[in-house]
Amino acid sequence: MSVPVEVIFKRPEALRDRPTHYCPGCPHGIAHRLVAEALDDLGLRERAVGVAPVGCSVLAYNYFNCDFQEAAHGRAPALATGIKRGRPDTIVFTYQGDGDLASIGMAEIIHAANRGEKITVVFINNAIYGMTGGQMAPTTLVGQKTTTSPYGRDPEQIGWPIRMAELLSTLVAPVYVTRQALYTPQLVRKARKALHTAFRLQAEGKGFTFVELLSSCPTGWGMTPVEALEWGKEKMMAYFPLGEFKKPEAEEGGKK
Amino acid sequence: MTRVLMKGAEAVGEAAIKAGCRHFFGYPITPQNEIPEYMSRRLPQVGGTYVQGESEVASINMLFGCAGAGVRVMTSSSSPGISLMQEGISYIAGAELPVVVINMVRGGPGLGGIQPAQSDYFQATRGGGHGDYYTMVLAPSTVQEAVELVMDAFDLADKYRNPVLVLGDGIIGQMMEPVEFPEREPALVDKPWATTGCKGREPNIVKSLLLDPYELEEHNRKLQQKYERMKREDVRVETVDLDGAEVVLCAYGTTSRVCRTAMERLREKGVKVGLVRPITLFPFPEKTIQSLDPKKVKFILTVEMSLGQMVQDVKLYTEGRIPVHFFGRTGGVVPTPQEVVREVLKRLGKEVEK
Ligand SMILES: Cc1ncc(C[n+]2csc(CCOP(=O)(O)OP(=O)(O)O)c2C)c(N)n1
Ligand code: SF4
Repeated sequence: MSVPVEVIFKRPEALRDRPTHYCPGCPHGIAHRLVAEALDDLGLRERAVGVAPVGCSVLAYNYFNCDFQEAAHGRAPALATGIKRGRPDTIVFTYQGDGDLASIGMAEIIHAANRGEKITVVFINNAIYGMTGGQMAPTTLVGQKTTTSPYGRDPEQIGWPIRMAELLSTLVAPVYVTRQALYTPQLVRKARKALHTAFRLQAEGKGFTFVELLSSCPTGWGMTPVEALEWGKEKMMAYFPLGEFKKPEAEEGGKK
Repeated sequence: MTRVLMKGAEAVGEAAIKAGCRHFFGYPITPQNEIPEYMSRRLPQVGGTYVQGESEVASINMLFGCAGAGVRVMTSSSSPGISLMQEGISYIAGAELPVVVINMVRGGPGLGGIQPAQSDYFQATRGGGHGDYYTMVLAPSTVQEAVELVMDAFDLADKYRNPVLVLGDGIIGQMMEPVEFPEREPALVDKPWATTGCKGREPNIVKSLLLDPYELEEHNRKLQQKYERMKREDVRVETVDLDGAEVVLCAYGTTSRVCRTAMERLREKGVKVGLVRPITLFPFPEKTIQSLDPKKVKFILTVEMSLGQMVQDVKLYTEGRIPVHFFGRTGGVVPTPQEVVREVLKRLGKEVEK
């Protein structure tokens, strides 16, 4: 007698079956999976064009199973603008770190948001430059030690960490701006929902959508993966509050 | 085909539209604002899109995205803006994307001035940004030629999957001349590599990153083969009266017009003078320079609106067989025919009138 077998967990179609180069315990893998699940759930994979940043996720195009372009450092929103304007039927998303998006690419992100480009921006905030070896990022917390803030970030000298979701939510054009975190299974489920909302709104042609995901960098932070998640939950979430900063009126609890 | 009187900049814009370009991204800068202004007016009328980027850095990267999606796309700017675009042009060359970039060159360095210049020759013909690459460079000398070269630029960009620069200046852009637009359908080609969504095929990836040094070397060699092919198949040059010439002027764009006037006066004075006018600055018409006869040509005089940039190529390809001299004005000053005449007569050891 055969027992009926049901698959309850499998790789999303929008991800390739390939080992990643990320460090053990790095949340980039989780974030990739959440994006891929949103594309799968909404049936968007075959229309999707991703834009990879310069940063640890520079090779994201090797892991996603959809069309991709690889941008210069910080320019992903400009590439995304060109792709979406050239091919309005595509579903365009960027996947960017904090150095990429909030430092060298600040002009590109603000103006893509302000033009209301119909794209989705996935912003991985790990408060550090992972790829280049743990230097200070524009989102590095006050007092946080990095290889270029060896005495801890000093706001007198270099200013305060930038809150991107809040900043972008002051603009008129963006339709959805949220900050979520990847530190616990509950938080990951909420992040998954946020990405689903963002891609759905793009598919509906609503406008610019932005999902910031508080992440960790065990290697750059000099912690074990578990310590890093704890530190993120305690320190990152204290300075970077979670929430939906902007939502279309029609959405539940949304304000314009 | 009808002839219409048109300003150079607007003719450039219309030529792009005739070539099937429906997307323009750019940032204002004098002396080329009439191009984005024209595109912002015309593109919506033909179902296209004009986006004013927040900077030249953003604009060129919008071109990357759009060209990567398989769509004909153009930007225009002037020298300081083109410097900012070098990042994107390097990435575009690396990713092998077809784009058209117009540079209405102005005086530099720095903010320089807004008057016509040819001082971006080095930047244009040596790649311009970082890495082992070249862009194709076309240099029109009339509004009519600007129209034809802009239309050709789109075809050449597609042929080579490479950026094509059109190098003009404020004079070409501001000049009103009669033009005829060639009646031809845009030669749109299939772009199976473009990121259009992967329905029914494996995903396409558009990128310039090759971390393996052997792979990158192989890629650079492949790019090199394209440049060699450009040299074989797409060099363009106009020559005037080279037969029996004792003096050969070499100039492109606006200065070639100055030289033509100078040549008339020199002929009146009995000087046998010819002209080499490169139309493609890269690939440079090396064979034309190499074929000049050292027994007949006393010297070549390169005339530029710079302090001597193209002259280096002319010297390179004469390989020391013929003396090469230089005359130029810079900073936005246009040389006069009289100045060119005097320079030639002086070099010939002839009486120079005051
Ligand atoms: C123009 C330019 N400047 C600098 C670099 C070097 N660089 C590569 S990645 C990076 C920082 C990436 O940090 P982040 O965006 O936070 O991403 P993460 O690596 O943390 O995921 C820098 C500065 C580059 N590639 N290009
Ligand atoms: S350096 Fe940090 S962000 Fe980069 S892969 Fe490792 S853990 Fe992840």
